[in-house]
Amino acid sequence: MSEKDKMAQEKPDSDHWLVRPENIRKLWIVFIAILALTVLADLFVEHHPHFGLDGTFGFGAWFGFISCVVLVFFSKALGALLKRPDTYYDE
Amino acid sequence: MSDFALPPGLVLMFAGALIPLLPAASRMAVILLAPVATLTLVWQLPDGAILATTYLDYEIIPVSVDALSRLFAIVFCIMAFAGGLFSLRQEKLGELAAAFIYAGSAIGVVFAGDLITVFVFWELMAIASTVVVWMGGASARASGQRYAVVHFLGGVMLMAGIAGEVATTGSTAFHAMEPDSISRWLILAAFLVNAGAPPLSAWLPDAYPAASWSGTVFLSAFTTKTAVYVLLRGFPGADILIFFGLYMVFYGIVYAILENDMRRILAYSIVNQVGFMVTAVGIGTEMALNGAAAHAFAHIIYKALLLMSAGSVLYMTGKSKCTDLGGLFRTMPLTATCGIIGALAISAFPATSGFVSKSMISQAAGDEHLGLVWFLLAAASAGVFLHAGIKFPWFVFFQKDSGMRPKEPPISMRAAMVLMSFLCIYLGLVPGPLYALLPYPVDYVPYTGSHVVFQLQLLLFSGLAFFLLLGFLKRTLTITLDFDWFWRGGGRALAREFNWRGGQAWGALAARYFRACRGFAEALYRHHGPDGILARTRPTGSMTFWMTVMLAAYLVFYLS
Repeated sequence: MSEKDKMAQEKPDSDHWLVRPENIRKLWIVFIAILALTVLADLFVEHHPHFGLDGTFGFGAWFGFISCVVLVFFSKALGALLKRPDTYYDE
Repeated sequence: MSDFALPPGLVLMFAGALIPLLPAASRMAVILLAPVATLTLVWQLPDGAILATTYLDYEIIPVSVDALSRLFAIVFCIMAFAGGLFSLRQEKLGELAAAFIYAGSAIGVVFAGDLITVFVFWELMAIASTVVVWMGGASARASGQRYAVVHFLGGVMLMAGIAGEVATTGSTAFHAMEPDSISRWLILAAFLVNAGAPPLSAWLPDAYPAASWSGTVFLSAFTTKTAVYVLLRGFPGADILIFFGLYMVFYGIVYAILENDMRRILAYSIVNQVGFMVTAVGIGTEMALNGAAAHAFAHIIYKALLLMSAGSVLYMTGKSKCTDLGGLFRTMPLTATCGIIGALAISAFPATSGFVSKSMISQAAGDEHLGLVWFLLAAASAGVFLHAGIKFPWFVFFQKDSGMRPKEPPISMRAAMVLMSFLCIYLGLVPGPLYALLPYPVDYVPYTGSHVVFQLQLLLFSGLAFFLLLGFLKRTLTITLDFDWFWRGGGRALAREFNWRGGQAWGALAARYFRACRGFAEALYRHHGPDGILARTRPTGSMTFWMTVMLAAYLVFYLS
């Protein structure tokens, strides 16, 4: 037990820099900054929309986000019906 | 020159047959040199029908070359080389032999100038690829059997379709057709079976991940992309393909989101990517067909890279479920980096090969004013980043710390991954050479400010959605039922049901029979048993009594 505790205590410092909580927070800040930049970039490029809706401000951003949310929840709903333990076919 | 008369696919097939017979050093040379020799041959083939003969009055053209067949043959050679390099450590030589015969047959299909040649190489592919699946070991036997059944069914449809086509038109030529007769529908159906189209798509995620760590890499490349090739050649602009394609695109995403096994995730994403190509074939404009061909080329490379990365993890850890994996980036940085490059390429991130190929398909949908198709393809592009672009690297290399600290895979496997990563980025930055190989002249510039910004927004906000919804994406030890339930679980459920009903009926029948037997035995016992009326011993006096009664009766009757 004591050994496990010691490992858990040591971990935050000894583990890879990428998994330390303070760095994860920094990564989030950088990520959000990049997201904001890509949307702001819409002000500086000229789009050639085919259909109208695809010419709205930040179209790629909101459309991509909503698509993913819909896909995830649709999958969850389908999964509720069709998921089985992965030993289902084994017997 | 007489050299040209040699169908290039045969070189790989001969090499495949030789591989198990050679000692280690020369085997390695054959594995690496045969694809290079084949590529050289392909490169030198001039356009047109190069070999032609007649057999049973049918015209057979084993080698017929144009830009489309050359493009597919080139990428198949690259794939055979990289796959061979990756598999140098594979001890099951049968797998490599089968894989080379498989690759050679695929090249045979793309150079086939007539339907009979298509059929012959088509079936060779089915046989060789089944062997590749079976080399995955005892656990792959059942999957391989199901794989073989589906593909032989496809083969039967193809044969029937070709027979009908030859009977009605009198020609064996393989050219663009409209699906307007039963035989052509059969041919189209056979092509779609190999593309992984519904309702039989389950063969792909069932069989491919059952193969060994190296076998899956080969399998990912040839069958589905040969199907894309024959659809491009045979049914460009067939509207129904748009529906099949879009179904495949979303089927792949949804099932991959629900999947736990990393190689099955990638297998579902093959169906997804082939869906983009099938949709493009259905749109049928020059831009769309170019897009389908370019996307097939790019896809073979990045999908092989993704499966090499997954194969390396499987080779080093023996595990393939996301629930068992995680945190491997610490000790496998190169494998993780290559996997991420493949994941970015499949997501069509700017500066990767997927960006310059997939965008042609969207562009074609936009140019044709197919609004719904365009929006669905854009949504699917976001979904690709979700299910493959982030999900695969995240759950395998990051996620939680699984505690495993595997080393990087051997040098041959690393070299193959680096080669494929290089190609993904090279084709993304310098699309010119790929565009030059396409069947139609390319008038398309992928890198415009508008397009790059749009794609970055789409993908990065998909990434945001992924991390915000991570709680909903938690991996569980589950599979998701598919149409194959009907021939796997369904058959068994039916058998169980039949067994139960049959048992009931049998029980009732048997009970009635036993009751009848018992009744018979009891009657017998009652009459003939120790107390039975017919088994009684009769005293002499009683006989004398009855004699007297009878004689008296006789006397009475006689006298009266």
